Amino acid sequence: MSSVTTTPVPRPATVARPTGRTAPVLRQLLLLALAVVVVAPFAWMVTTSLKDYADVYRPPYLWPQEFHVGNYGRAWDAAPFAGYYVNSLIMTGGILVGHVMLDTLAAYAFARLRFPLRNTLFLVLVATMLVPQFVTVLPAYDLVIRLGWYDSYAALIVPRMADVFGIVVLRAFMASIPAELDDAARLDGAGPWRSLWSVTLPLCRPALATVGMFSFLYAWNDFLWPLLVTSDDTHRTIQLGLSTFSSKYGTYPELLMAGTVTAAVPALVIFLFLQRAFIRGVASTGLK
Amino acid sequence: MLAPTLVVIGVFVVYPIVGTGYLSLTSWDGFSEIKKWVGLGNYTRLFRDPAFLNSLWVTVLYGAGVCVAGVVSGLGIAVLLNGAFRGRGVYRAVFFLPVVTSSIAAATVWRYVFGDTGVLDAVLRFLHLPAPNWLGDPSLALVSLVLLTAWKSLGLNVVLYLTALQTLPADVYEAAAVDGASRWQQLRRITVPLLAPMTFFVVIEGLITSFQSFDLVYALTGGGPLGGTETLGFLTYREAFRLSHFGYGAAVAYTAFALVLGVTLIQWRLGGRERWSS
Repeated sequence: MSSVTTTPVPRPATVARPTGRTAPVLRQLLLLALAVVVVAPFAWMVTTSLKDYADVYRPPYLWPQEFHVGNYGRAWDAAPFAGYYVNSLIMTGGILVGHVMLDTLAAYAFARLRFPLRNTLFLVLVATMLVPQFVTVLPAYDLVIRLGWYDSYAALIVPRMADVFGIVVLRAFMASIPAELDDAARLDGAGPWRSLWSVTLPLCRPALATVGMFSFLYAWNDFLWPLLVTSDDTHRTIQLGLSTFSSKYGTYPELLMAGTVTAAVPALVIFLFLQRAFIRGVASTGLK
Repeated sequence: MLAPTLVVIGVFVVYPIVGTGYLSLTSWDGFSEIKKWVGLGNYTRLFRDPAFLNSLWVTVLYGAGVCVAGVVSGLGIAVLLNGAFRGRGVYRAVFFLPVVTSSIAAATVWRYVFGDTGVLDAVLRFLHLPAPNWLGDPSLALVSLVLLTAWKSLGLNVVLYLTALQTLPADVYEAAAVDGASRWQQLRRITVPLLAPMTFFVVIEGLITSFQSFDLVYALTGGGPLGGTETLGFLTYREAFRLSHFGYGAAVAYTAFALVLGVTLIQWRLGGRERWSS
Protein backbone atom coordinates (compact mmCIF):
# COMPACT_ATOMS: atom_id res chain seq x y z
CA MET A 1 0.00 0.00 0.00
CA SER A 2 2.58 2.55 -1.05
CA SER A 3 0.19 4.78 -2.96
CA VAL A 4 -1.92 5.60 0.09
CA THR A 5 -0.19 8.95 0.51
CA THR A 6 -1.47 10.44 -2.74
CA THR A 7 -4.70 12.36 -2.34
CA PRO A 8 -7.60 10.67 -4.11
CA VAL A 9 -8.58 12.54 -7.24
CA PRO A 10 -12.34 12.93 -7.69
CA ARG A 11 -13.53 11.04 -10.74
CA PRO A 12 -14.78 13.16 -13.62
CA ALA A 13 -18.56 12.89 -13.63
CA THR A 14 -18.78 12.05 -17.33
CA VAL A 15 -16.83 8.79 -17.18
CA ALA A 16 -19.28 6.93 -15.00
CA ARG A 17 -22.33 7.49 -17.19
CA PRO A 18 -22.63 4.56 -19.58
CA THR A 19 -25.60 5.98 -21.48
CA GLY A 20 -24.01 9.29 -22.36
CA ARG A 21 -21.82 8.12 -25.22
CA THR A 22 -22.40 6.86 -28.69
CA ALA A 23 -20.13 4.19 -30.14
CA PRO A 24 -18.10 4.86 -33.29
CA VAL A 25 -20.11 4.48 -36.49
CA LEU A 26 -18.24 1.44 -37.75
CA ARG A 27 -18.83 -0.44 -34.53
CA GLN A 28 -22.54 0.43 -34.55
CA LEU A 29 -22.90 -0.72 -38.14
CA LEU A 30 -21.14 -4.03 -37.47
CA LEU A 31 -23.25 -4.70 -34.40
CA LEU A 32 -26.42 -3.78 -36.24
CA ALA A 33 -25.59 -6.14 -39.10
CA LEU A 34 -24.82 -9.00 -36.70
CA ALA A 35 -27.98 -8.34 -34.70
CA VAL A 36 -30.05 -8.46 -37.90
CA VAL A 37 -28.53 -11.86 -38.79
CA VAL A 38 -29.24 -13.22 -35.29
CA VAL A 39 -32.81 -11.93 -35.23
CA ALA A 40 -33.70 -12.85 -38.83
CA PRO A 41 -34.86 -16.43 -38.02
CA PHE A 42 -37.18 -15.05 -35.31
CA ALA A 43 -38.54 -12.46 -37.70
CA TRP A 44 -39.07 -15.10 -40.37
CA MET A 45 -40.81 -17.37 -37.82
CA VAL A 46 -43.26 -14.66 -36.77
CA THR A 47 -44.02 -13.27 -40.22
CA THR A 48 -44.46 -16.73 -41.77
CA SER A 49 -46.91 -17.62 -39.01
CA LEU A 50 -49.04 -14.68 -40.17
CA LYS A 51 -48.90 -15.36 -43.91
CA ASP A 52 -51.31 -17.04 -46.25
CA TYR A 53 -50.09 -20.48 -47.39
CA ALA A 54 -49.67 -19.25 -50.97
CA ASP A 55 -47.37 -16.39 -49.88
CA VAL A 56 -44.94 -18.37 -47.72
CA TYR A 57 -42.27 -18.82 -50.38
CA ARG A 58 -42.91 -15.59 -52.18
CA PRO A 59 -41.07 -12.34 -51.59
CA PRO A 60 -41.16 -10.16 -49.57
CA TYR A 61 -39.99 -12.92 -47.27
CA LEU A 62 -40.02 -10.97 -44.08
CA TRP A 63 -43.35 -9.22 -44.38
CA PRO A 64 -46.84 -10.71 -44.88
CA GLN A 65 -49.09 -9.14 -47.53
CA GLU A 66 -52.08 -9.57 -45.21
CA PHE A 67 -52.05 -10.67 -41.59
CA HIS A 68 -53.60 -14.10 -41.08
CA VAL A 69 -53.90 -14.27 -37.30
CA GLY A 70 -56.28 -17.17 -37.85
CA ASN A 71 -53.27 -19.44 -38.52
CA TYR A 72 -52.81 -19.68 -34.76
CA GLY A 73 -56.33 -20.94 -34.21
CA ARG A 74 -55.96 -23.41 -37.07
CA ALA A 75 -52.67 -24.74 -35.67
CA TRP A 76 -54.19 -25.16 -32.22
CA ASP A 77 -57.17 -26.98 -33.75
CA ALA A 78 -54.95 -29.26 -35.81
CA ALA A 79 -53.11 -30.64 -32.78
CA PRO A 80 -53.92 -30.77 -29.03
CA PHE A 81 -51.68 -27.78 -28.27
CA ALA A 82 -53.78 -26.73 -25.26
CA GLY A 83 -53.19 -30.13 -23.65
CA TYR A 84 -49.47 -29.98 -24.44
CA TYR A 85 -49.36 -26.56 -22.82
CA VAL A 86 -51.04 -27.80 -19.65
CA ASN A 87 -48.62 -30.75 -19.47
CA SER A 88 -45.65 -28.43 -19.93
CA LEU A 89 -46.96 -26.14 -17.20
CA ILE A 90 -47.45 -29.06 -14.78
CA MET A 91 -44.01 -30.50 -15.51
CA THR A 92 -42.29 -27.10 -15.33
CA GLY A 93 -44.13 -26.20 -12.13
CA GLY A 94 -43.25 -29.50 -10.48
CA ILE A 95 -39.59 -29.28 -11.40
CA LEU A 96 -39.40 -25.63 -10.38
CA VAL A 97 -40.94 -26.25 -6.96
CA GLY A 98 -38.78 -29.36 -6.51
CA HIS A 99 -35.59 -27.48 -7.35
CA VAL A 100 -36.35 -24.54 -5.09
CA MET A 101 -37.27 -26.74 -2.13
CA LEU A 102 -34.74 -29.56 -2.37
CA ASP A 103 -31.87 -27.32 -3.47
CA THR A 104 -32.49 -24.93 -0.60
CA LEU A 105 -32.50 -27.72 1.96
CA ALA A 106 -29.39 -29.35 0.56
CA ALA A 107 -27.56 -26.05 0.17
CA TYR A 108 -28.36 -25.13 3.76
CA ALA A 109 -27.09 -28.48 5.00
CA PHE A 110 -23.84 -28.04 3.08
CA ALA A 111 -23.39 -24.40 4.07
CA ARG A 112 -24.34 -24.51 7.74
CA LEU A 113 -24.58 -27.99 9.24
CA ARG A 114 -21.73 -30.25 10.29
CA PHE A 115 -22.00 -33.93 9.48
CA PRO A 116 -19.63 -36.71 8.48
CA LEU A 117 -18.55 -36.91 4.81
CA ARG A 118 -19.97 -33.44 4.14
CA ASN A 119 -17.22 -32.37 1.73
CA THR A 120 -17.01 -35.76 0.05
CA LEU A 121 -20.76 -35.79 -0.61
CA PHE A 122 -20.60 -32.28 -2.01
CA LEU A 123 -17.76 -33.23 -4.34
CA VAL A 124 -19.66 -36.29 -5.55
CA LEU A 125 -22.68 -34.11 -6.32
CA VAL A 126 -20.56 -31.58 -8.20
CA ALA A 127 -18.88 -34.38 -10.15
CA THR A 128 -22.29 -35.57 -11.40
CA MET A 129 -22.59 -32.24 -13.23
CA LEU A 130 -19.85 -33.40 -15.62
CA VAL A 131 -21.81 -36.49 -16.65
CA PRO A 132 -23.61 -36.11 -19.99
CA GLN A 133 -27.31 -36.90 -19.96
CA PHE A 134 -27.06 -39.81 -22.40
CA VAL A 135 -24.88 -41.70 -19.90
CA THR A 136 -27.72 -41.87 -17.37
CA VAL A 137 -30.89 -42.12 -19.48
CA LEU A 138 -30.82 -45.84 -20.25
CA PRO A 139 -30.98 -47.18 -16.66
CA ALA A 140 -33.14 -44.22 -15.59
CA TYR A 141 -35.63 -45.13 -18.32
CA ASP A 142 -35.55 -48.77 -17.19
CA LEU A 143 -36.28 -47.66 -13.60
CA VAL A 144 -39.26 -45.57 -14.71
CA ILE A 145 -40.68 -48.57 -16.58
CA ARG A 146 -40.22 -50.84 -13.58
CA LEU A 147 -41.83 -48.30 -11.24
CA GLY A 148 -44.84 -48.28 -13.58
CA TRP A 149 -44.40 -44.56 -14.19
CA TYR A 150 -44.29 -44.64 -18.00
CA ASP A 151 -46.67 -41.98 -19.36
CA SER A 152 -47.18 -40.17 -16.05
CA TYR A 153 -46.39 -36.82 -14.48
CA ALA A 154 -44.28 -38.66 -11.89
CA ALA A 155 -41.92 -39.80 -14.67
CA LEU A 156 -41.67 -36.26 -16.01
CA ILE A 157 -41.02 -34.62 -12.64
CA VAL A 158 -39.58 -36.87 -9.91
CA PRO A 159 -36.30 -37.95 -11.57
CA ARG A 160 -35.37 -34.28 -12.10
CA MET A 161 -36.56 -32.85 -8.78
CA ALA A 162 -33.08 -32.10 -7.46
CA ASP A 163 -30.39 -30.27 -9.37
CA VAL A 164 -26.79 -29.79 -8.41
CA PHE A 165 -26.40 -26.49 -10.21
CA GLY A 166 -28.97 -24.88 -7.90
CA ILE A 167 -27.34 -26.40 -4.82
CA VAL A 168 -23.96 -24.95 -5.83
CA VAL A 169 -25.42 -21.48 -6.46
CA LEU A 170 -27.46 -21.43 -3.23
CA ARG A 171 -24.66 -22.85 -1.11
CA ALA A 172 -22.23 -20.19 -2.34
CA PHE A 173 -24.81 -17.50 -1.64
CA MET A 174 -25.58 -18.84 1.85
CA ALA A 175 -21.87 -19.02 2.62
CA SER A 176 -21.65 -15.29 1.89
CA ILE A 177 -24.29 -14.51 4.55
CA PRO A 178 -22.62 -14.02 7.97
CA ALA A 179 -22.99 -17.24 9.96
CA GLU A 180 -23.45 -15.14 13.12
CA LEU A 181 -27.07 -14.43 12.12
CA ASP A 182 -27.72 -18.12 12.02
CA ASP A 183 -25.82 -18.77 15.26
CA ALA A 184 -27.83 -16.08 17.03
CA ALA A 185 -31.09 -17.72 16.01
CA ARG A 186 -29.76 -21.10 17.13
CA LEU A 187 -28.75 -19.63 20.52
CA ASP A 188 -32.30 -18.32 20.89
CA GLY A 189 -33.44 -21.92 20.63
CA ALA A 190 -34.30 -22.19 16.95
CA GLY A 191 -33.55 -25.54 15.31
CA PRO A 192 -31.93 -25.78 11.86
CA TRP A 193 -35.33 -25.81 10.09
CA ARG A 194 -36.53 -22.74 11.93
CA SER A 195 -33.36 -20.77 11.38
CA LEU A 196 -33.31 -21.74 7.70
CA TRP A 197 -36.93 -20.63 7.28
CA SER A 198 -36.82 -17.35 9.21
CA VAL A 199 -33.21 -16.18 8.95
CA THR A 200 -31.40 -17.59 5.91
CA LEU A 201 -34.22 -18.02 3.40
CA PRO A 202 -35.46 -14.41 3.35
CA LEU A 203 -31.90 -13.27 2.65
CA CYS A 204 -31.51 -15.74 -0.23
CA ARG A 205 -34.20 -14.24 -2.48
CA PRO A 206 -31.83 -13.10 -5.26
CA ALA A 207 -30.15 -16.52 -5.44
CA LEU A 208 -33.53 -18.28 -5.35
CA ALA A 209 -34.69 -16.08 -8.21
CA THR A 210 -31.63 -17.10 -10.25
CA VAL A 211 -32.21 -20.79 -9.56
CA GLY A 212 -35.91 -20.44 -10.36
CA MET A 213 -35.21 -18.73 -13.68
CA PHE A 214 -32.74 -21.36 -14.82
CA SER A 215 -35.05 -24.18 -13.69
CA PHE A 216 -37.98 -22.72 -15.58
CA LEU A 217 -36.01 -22.47 -18.81
CA TYR A 218 -34.50 -25.92 -18.38
CA ALA A 219 -37.88 -27.55 -17.79
CA TRP A 220 -39.87 -25.62 -20.40
CA ASN A 221 -37.35 -26.33 -23.15
CA ASP A 222 -36.51 -29.90 -22.13
CA PHE A 223 -36.99 -32.53 -24.83
CA LEU A 224 -35.06 -35.81 -24.56
CA TRP A 225 -36.40 -37.11 -21.23
CA PRO A 226 -40.09 -36.40 -21.96
CA LEU A 227 -39.57 -38.01 -25.36
CA LEU A 228 -38.33 -41.22 -23.72
CA VAL A 229 -40.87 -41.59 -20.90
CA THR A 230 -44.11 -40.58 -22.63
CA SER A 231 -45.86 -41.86 -25.73
CA ASP A 232 -49.33 -40.53 -25.28
CA ASP A 233 -50.72 -37.03 -25.96
CA THR A 234 -52.22 -36.98 -22.47
CA HIS A 235 -48.74 -36.50 -20.98
CA ARG A 236 -46.70 -35.06 -23.83
CA THR A 237 -45.24 -31.59 -23.42
CA ILE A 238 -45.27 -28.68 -25.83
CA GLN A 239 -41.76 -29.34 -27.20
CA LEU A 240 -42.74 -32.93 -28.05
CA GLY A 241 -46.02 -31.73 -29.45
CA LEU A 242 -44.19 -29.28 -31.68
CA SER A 243 -41.86 -32.01 -32.88
CA THR A 244 -44.76 -34.34 -33.74
CA PHE A 245 -46.63 -31.46 -35.35
CA SER A 246 -43.66 -30.60 -37.55
CA SER A 247 -43.47 -34.13 -38.92
CA LYS A 248 -47.19 -34.08 -39.74
CA TYR A 249 -47.64 -30.51 -40.93
CA GLY A 250 -44.18 -29.84 -42.37
CA THR A 251 -45.77 -28.93 -45.68
CA TYR A 252 -47.77 -26.11 -44.05
CA PRO A 253 -45.03 -23.74 -42.88
CA GLU A 254 -47.50 -21.07 -41.78
CA LEU A 255 -49.23 -23.47 -39.35
CA LEU A 256 -45.96 -24.98 -38.19
CA MET A 257 -44.52 -21.53 -37.47
CA ALA A 258 -47.66 -20.56 -35.54
CA GLY A 259 -47.09 -23.67 -33.42
CA THR A 260 -43.41 -22.87 -33.04
CA VAL A 261 -44.14 -19.33 -31.86
CA THR A 262 -46.49 -20.64 -29.18
CA ALA A 263 -43.87 -23.17 -28.00
CA ALA A 264 -41.06 -20.62 -27.81
CA VAL A 265 -42.94 -17.61 -26.46
CA PRO A 266 -43.18 -18.33 -22.69
CA ALA A 267 -39.41 -18.68 -22.31
CA LEU A 268 -38.77 -15.61 -24.46
CA VAL A 269 -41.24 -13.49 -22.46
CA ILE A 270 -39.74 -14.57 -19.14
CA PHE A 271 -36.29 -13.74 -20.50
CA LEU A 272 -37.31 -10.30 -21.75
CA PHE A 273 -38.74 -9.42 -18.33
CA LEU A 274 -35.85 -10.80 -16.27
CA GLN A 275 -33.16 -10.15 -18.86
CA ARG A 276 -30.72 -8.23 -16.65
CA ALA A 277 -30.95 -10.64 -13.72
CA PHE A 278 -30.64 -13.53 -16.11
CA ILE A 279 -27.49 -12.32 -17.84
CA ARG A 280 -25.97 -11.42 -14.48
CA GLY A 281 -26.71 -14.99 -13.37
CA VAL A 282 -24.96 -16.45 -16.41
CA ALA A 283 -21.99 -14.13 -16.01
CA SER A 284 -21.51 -14.99 -12.34
CA THR A 285 -22.05 -18.73 -12.55
CA GLY A 286 -20.64 -19.32 -16.02
CA LEU A 287 -23.26 -21.94 -16.73
CA LYS A 288 -26.31 -22.58 -18.81
CA MET B 1 -32.49 -32.00 5.03
CA LEU B 2 -30.13 -33.57 2.58
CA ALA B 3 -32.05 -36.82 2.31
CA PRO B 4 -34.53 -35.97 -0.50
CA THR B 5 -31.76 -34.62 -2.73
CA LEU B 6 -29.49 -37.58 -2.07
CA VAL B 7 -32.30 -40.01 -2.83
CA VAL B 8 -33.22 -38.33 -6.13
CA ILE B 9 -29.62 -37.86 -7.30
CA GLY B 10 -28.60 -41.28 -6.00
CA VAL B 11 -31.44 -43.16 -7.68
CA PHE B 12 -31.71 -41.23 -10.95
CA VAL B 13 -28.12 -40.08 -11.55
CA VAL B 14 -25.48 -41.99 -9.57
CA TYR B 15 -27.05 -45.45 -9.87
CA PRO B 16 -27.62 -45.01 -13.64
CA ILE B 17 -23.96 -44.06 -14.18
CA VAL B 18 -22.95 -47.42 -12.76
CA GLY B 19 -25.97 -49.09 -14.39
CA THR B 20 -24.93 -47.96 -17.86
CA GLY B 21 -21.51 -49.50 -17.26
CA TYR B 22 -23.18 -52.80 -16.37
CA LEU B 23 -25.59 -52.65 -19.32
CA SER B 24 -22.68 -52.04 -21.69
CA LEU B 25 -21.42 -55.52 -20.79
CA THR B 26 -24.71 -57.17 -21.76
CA SER B 27 -26.70 -57.65 -24.94
CA TRP B 28 -29.94 -56.47 -23.30
CA ASP B 29 -32.71 -55.34 -25.67
CA GLY B 30 -34.43 -52.93 -23.27
CA PHE B 31 -37.42 -55.07 -22.22
CA SER B 32 -36.56 -58.77 -21.71
CA GLU B 33 -36.21 -60.28 -18.25
CA ILE B 34 -32.76 -61.62 -19.01
CA LYS B 35 -29.74 -59.43 -19.49
CA LYS B 36 -27.25 -61.68 -21.24
CA TRP B 37 -23.62 -61.09 -20.21
CA VAL B 38 -21.31 -60.54 -23.19
CA GLY B 39 -18.21 -59.19 -21.43
CA LEU B 40 -16.35 -56.64 -23.51
CA GLY B 41 -18.03 -57.88 -26.69
CA ASN B 42 -19.89 -54.60 -27.29
CA TYR B 43 -16.68 -52.61 -27.01
CA THR B 44 -14.71 -54.75 -29.44
CA ARG B 45 -17.64 -54.55 -31.84
CA LEU B 46 -17.69 -50.75 -31.56
CA PHE B 47 -14.35 -50.23 -33.20
CA ARG B 48 -15.33 -52.34 -36.20
CA ASP B 49 -18.75 -50.75 -36.57
CA PRO B 50 -18.86 -48.24 -39.46
CA ALA B 51 -21.84 -46.46 -37.84
CA PHE B 52 -19.85 -45.85 -34.64
CA LEU B 53 -16.67 -44.80 -36.44
CA ASN B 54 -18.69 -42.45 -38.63
CA SER B 55 -20.44 -41.03 -35.56
CA LEU B 56 -17.12 -40.54 -33.77
CA TRP B 57 -15.71 -38.66 -36.75
CA VAL B 58 -18.90 -36.58 -37.12
CA THR B 59 -18.79 -35.70 -33.42
CA VAL B 60 -15.13 -34.67 -33.59
CA LEU B 61 -15.77 -32.46 -36.65
CA TYR B 62 -18.91 -31.04 -35.07
CA GLY B 63 -17.09 -30.33 -31.79
CA ALA B 64 -14.21 -28.64 -33.61
CA GLY B 65 -16.63 -26.55 -35.68
CA VAL B 66 -18.68 -25.51 -32.65
CA CYS B 67 -15.55 -24.53 -30.70
CA VAL B 68 -13.98 -22.48 -33.50
CA ALA B 69 -17.29 -20.78 -34.32
CA GLY B 70 -18.01 -20.20 -30.64
CA VAL B 71 -14.64 -18.66 -29.83
CA VAL B 72 -14.48 -16.44 -32.93
CA SER B 73 -18.06 -15.17 -32.76
CA GLY B 74 -18.15 -14.91 -28.97
CA LEU B 75 -14.85 -13.08 -28.70
CA GLY B 76 -15.49 -10.86 -31.73
CA ILE B 77 -18.90 -9.69 -30.59
CA ALA B 78 -17.79 -9.30 -26.97
CA VAL B 79 -14.95 -6.99 -28.10
CA LEU B 80 -17.45 -4.95 -30.13
CA LEU B 81 -19.80 -4.77 -27.15
CA ASN B 82 -17.13 -3.99 -24.59
CA GLY B 83 -17.23 -0.42 -23.37
CA ALA B 84 -19.96 2.02 -22.51
CA PHE B 85 -22.23 3.18 -25.33
CA ARG B 86 -25.90 3.62 -26.07
CA GLY B 87 -27.82 0.49 -26.94
CA ARG B 88 -25.27 -1.92 -25.50
CA GLY B 89 -27.82 -3.65 -23.24
CA VAL B 90 -30.26 -4.05 -26.13
CA TYR B 91 -27.62 -5.70 -28.32
CA ARG B 92 -26.58 -8.00 -25.50
CA ALA B 93 -30.20 -9.09 -24.99
CA VAL B 94 -30.70 -9.62 -28.73
CA PHE B 95 -27.62 -11.86 -28.98
CA PHE B 96 -28.91 -13.79 -25.98
CA LEU B 97 -32.39 -14.53 -27.40
CA PRO B 98 -31.41 -17.79 -29.16
CA VAL B 99 -30.00 -19.18 -25.89
CA VAL B 100 -33.40 -19.13 -24.21
CA THR B 101 -35.27 -20.42 -27.27
CA SER B 102 -36.09 -24.11 -27.10
CA SER B 103 -33.85 -26.26 -29.31
CA ILE B 104 -36.87 -27.81 -31.00
CA ALA B 105 -38.38 -24.44 -31.89
CA ALA B 106 -34.99 -23.16 -33.07
CA ALA B 107 -34.27 -26.20 -35.23
CA THR B 108 -37.81 -26.18 -36.65
CA VAL B 109 -37.30 -22.61 -37.86
CA TRP B 110 -33.78 -23.26 -39.14
CA ARG B 111 -34.95 -26.25 -41.12
CA TYR B 112 -36.91 -23.78 -43.22
CA VAL B 113 -34.01 -21.34 -43.32
CA PHE B 114 -31.75 -24.07 -44.75
CA GLY B 115 -34.42 -25.85 -46.79
CA ASP B 116 -34.20 -25.91 -50.60
CA THR B 117 -37.00 -23.36 -50.83
CA GLY B 118 -35.65 -21.57 -47.76
CA VAL B 119 -34.62 -18.05 -46.94
CA LEU B 120 -30.87 -18.66 -47.04
CA ASP B 121 -30.91 -19.92 -50.62
CA ALA B 122 -33.23 -17.10 -51.64
CA VAL B 123 -30.69 -14.60 -50.30
CA LEU B 124 -27.80 -16.44 -52.00
CA ARG B 125 -29.65 -16.52 -55.34
CA PHE B 126 -30.44 -12.82 -55.01
CA LEU B 127 -26.69 -12.20 -54.62
CA HIS B 128 -26.05 -14.46 -57.65
CA LEU B 129 -24.17 -16.96 -55.48
CA PRO B 130 -24.56 -20.75 -55.68
CA ALA B 131 -27.50 -21.95 -53.58
CA PRO B 132 -26.64 -25.45 -52.35
CA ASN B 133 -28.94 -28.06 -50.87
CA TRP B 134 -27.91 -27.44 -47.25
CA LEU B 135 -29.69 -30.33 -45.58
CA GLY B 136 -29.50 -32.79 -48.46
CA ASP B 137 -25.73 -33.24 -48.57
CA PRO B 138 -24.04 -35.00 -45.60
CA SER B 139 -21.15 -32.56 -45.17
CA LEU B 140 -23.25 -29.46 -45.78
CA ALA B 141 -25.81 -30.76 -43.28
CA LEU B 142 -23.02 -30.90 -40.69
CA VAL B 143 -22.05 -27.33 -41.58
CA SER B 144 -25.70 -26.33 -41.12
CA LEU B 145 -25.77 -28.04 -37.74
CA VAL B 146 -22.62 -26.18 -36.67
CA LEU B 147 -24.13 -22.87 -37.81
CA LEU B 148 -27.34 -23.55 -35.89
CA THR B 149 -25.43 -24.56 -32.75
CA ALA B 150 -23.20 -21.48 -33.01
CA TRP B 151 -26.26 -19.26 -33.38
CA LYS B 152 -27.92 -20.95 -30.42
CA SER B 153 -24.96 -20.59 -28.03
CA LEU B 154 -23.70 -17.22 -29.27
CA GLY B 155 -25.21 -15.21 -26.40
CA LEU B 156 -23.68 -17.47 -23.78
CA ASN B 157 -20.18 -17.07 -25.23
CA VAL B 158 -20.61 -13.32 -25.62
CA VAL B 159 -21.63 -12.89 -21.99
CA LEU B 160 -18.78 -15.11 -20.77
CA TYR B 161 -16.21 -13.18 -22.82
CA LEU B 162 -17.69 -9.83 -21.73
CA THR B 163 -17.27 -10.83 -18.10
CA ALA B 164 -13.65 -11.75 -18.75
CA LEU B 165 -13.00 -8.55 -20.74
CA GLN B 166 -14.14 -6.46 -17.80
CA THR B 167 -11.43 -7.94 -15.59
CA LEU B 168 -8.58 -6.97 -17.94
CA PRO B 169 -6.23 -4.30 -16.53
CA ALA B 170 -6.67 -0.88 -18.18
CA ASP B 171 -3.06 0.22 -17.56
CA VAL B 172 -1.67 -2.42 -19.94
CA TYR B 173 -3.73 -0.90 -22.76
CA GLU B 174 -2.66 2.61 -21.80
CA ALA B 175 0.98 1.55 -21.88
CA ALA B 176 0.47 -0.13 -25.27
CA ALA B 177 -1.25 2.96 -26.65
CA VAL B 178 1.65 5.14 -25.44
CA ASP B 179 4.05 2.79 -27.23
CA GLY B 180 2.07 3.31 -30.42
CA ALA B 181 0.29 -0.06 -30.69
CA SER B 182 -2.70 0.02 -33.03
CA ARG B 183 -6.14 -1.22 -31.97
CA TRP B 184 -5.62 -4.41 -33.95
CA GLN B 185 -2.20 -5.03 -32.36
CA GLN B 186 -3.70 -4.47 -28.91
CA LEU B 187 -6.41 -7.00 -29.67
CA ARG B 188 -3.98 -9.60 -30.98
CA ARG B 189 -1.12 -9.11 -28.52
CA ILE B 190 -2.96 -8.25 -25.32
CA THR B 191 -6.66 -9.10 -25.36
CA VAL B 192 -6.53 -12.54 -26.96
CA PRO B 193 -3.66 -13.87 -24.80
CA LEU B 194 -5.16 -12.48 -21.60
CA LEU B 195 -8.49 -14.10 -22.41
CA ALA B 196 -6.91 -17.55 -22.80
CA PRO B 197 -8.43 -18.98 -19.58
CA MET B 198 -11.93 -18.00 -20.72
CA THR B 199 -11.23 -19.44 -24.16
CA PHE B 200 -10.38 -22.77 -22.53
CA PHE B 201 -13.66 -22.64 -20.68
CA VAL B 202 -15.64 -21.81 -23.85
CA VAL B 203 -13.89 -24.63 -25.72
CA ILE B 204 -14.71 -27.17 -23.00
CA GLU B 205 -18.31 -26.01 -22.87
CA GLY B 206 -18.46 -26.29 -26.67
CA LEU B 207 -17.05 -29.82 -26.66
CA ILE B 208 -19.40 -31.00 -23.94
CA THR B 209 -22.34 -29.40 -25.76
CA SER B 210 -21.46 -31.08 -29.03
CA PHE B 211 -20.89 -34.50 -27.47
CA GLN B 212 -24.26 -34.23 -25.72
CA SER B 213 -26.11 -32.64 -28.60
CA PHE B 214 -29.38 -34.38 -29.18
CA ASP B 215 -32.35 -32.02 -29.53
CA LEU B 216 -30.84 -29.94 -32.33
CA VAL B 217 -29.78 -33.03 -34.28
CA TYR B 218 -33.15 -34.69 -33.76
CA ALA B 219 -35.15 -31.71 -34.98
CA LEU B 220 -32.84 -30.38 -37.72
CA THR B 221 -31.68 -33.49 -39.55
CA GLY B 222 -32.63 -36.60 -37.56
CA GLY B 223 -28.98 -37.64 -37.80
CA GLY B 224 -28.99 -37.74 -41.58
CA PRO B 225 -28.53 -37.59 -44.43
CA LEU B 226 -26.58 -40.88 -44.55
CA GLY B 227 -25.46 -40.43 -40.94
CA GLY B 228 -23.78 -37.14 -41.85
CA THR B 229 -24.92 -35.48 -38.61
CA GLU B 230 -25.20 -38.51 -36.33
CA THR B 231 -23.37 -37.40 -33.18
CA LEU B 232 -22.51 -39.90 -30.45
CA GLY B 233 -25.40 -38.68 -28.30
CA PHE B 234 -27.79 -39.31 -31.14
CA LEU B 235 -26.28 -42.71 -31.97
CA THR B 236 -26.81 -43.79 -28.34
CA TYR B 237 -30.49 -42.87 -28.67
CA ARG B 238 -30.89 -44.60 -32.03
CA GLU B 239 -29.21 -47.84 -30.93
CA ALA B 240 -31.08 -48.06 -27.62
CA PHE B 241 -34.52 -46.71 -28.38
CA ARG B 242 -35.04 -47.30 -32.08
CA LEU B 243 -33.10 -50.54 -32.60
CA SER B 244 -33.61 -51.97 -29.07
CA HIS B 245 -29.85 -52.45 -28.60
CA PHE B 246 -29.67 -51.18 -25.02
CA GLY B 247 -26.42 -52.98 -24.24
CA TYR B 248 -24.71 -51.69 -27.35
CA GLY B 249 -26.14 -48.18 -26.86
CA ALA B 250 -24.74 -48.21 -23.32
CA ALA B 251 -21.29 -49.07 -24.70
CA VAL B 252 -21.53 -46.12 -27.13
CA ALA B 253 -22.57 -43.83 -24.27
CA TYR B 254 -19.72 -44.99 -22.04
CA THR B 255 -17.11 -44.59 -24.76
CA ALA B 256 -18.34 -41.08 -25.55
CA PHE B 257 -18.30 -40.26 -21.84
CA ALA B 258 -14.70 -41.45 -21.55
CA LEU B 259 -13.76 -39.19 -24.47
CA VAL B 260 -15.46 -36.13 -22.93
CA LEU B 261 -13.74 -36.78 -19.61
CA GLY B 262 -10.38 -37.28 -21.31
CA VAL B 263 -10.65 -34.04 -23.29
CA THR B 264 -11.76 -32.14 -20.19
CA LEU B 265 -8.81 -33.43 -18.19
CA ILE B 266 -6.32 -32.61 -20.95
CA GLN B 267 -7.74 -29.10 -21.29
CA TRP B 268 -7.61 -28.67 -17.56
CA ARG B 269 -3.98 -29.75 -17.40
CA LEU B 270 -3.07 -27.53 -20.34
CA GLY B 271 -4.06 -24.41 -18.50
CA GLY B 272 -7.74 -23.86 -17.98
CA ARG B 273 -7.02 -24.36 -14.31
CA GLU B 274 -7.30 -20.74 -13.19
CA ARG B 275 -10.80 -20.52 -14.61
CA TRP B 276 -11.92 -23.81 -13.06
CA SER B 277 -10.64 -22.99 -9.61
CA SER B 278 -12.35 -19.59 -9.54
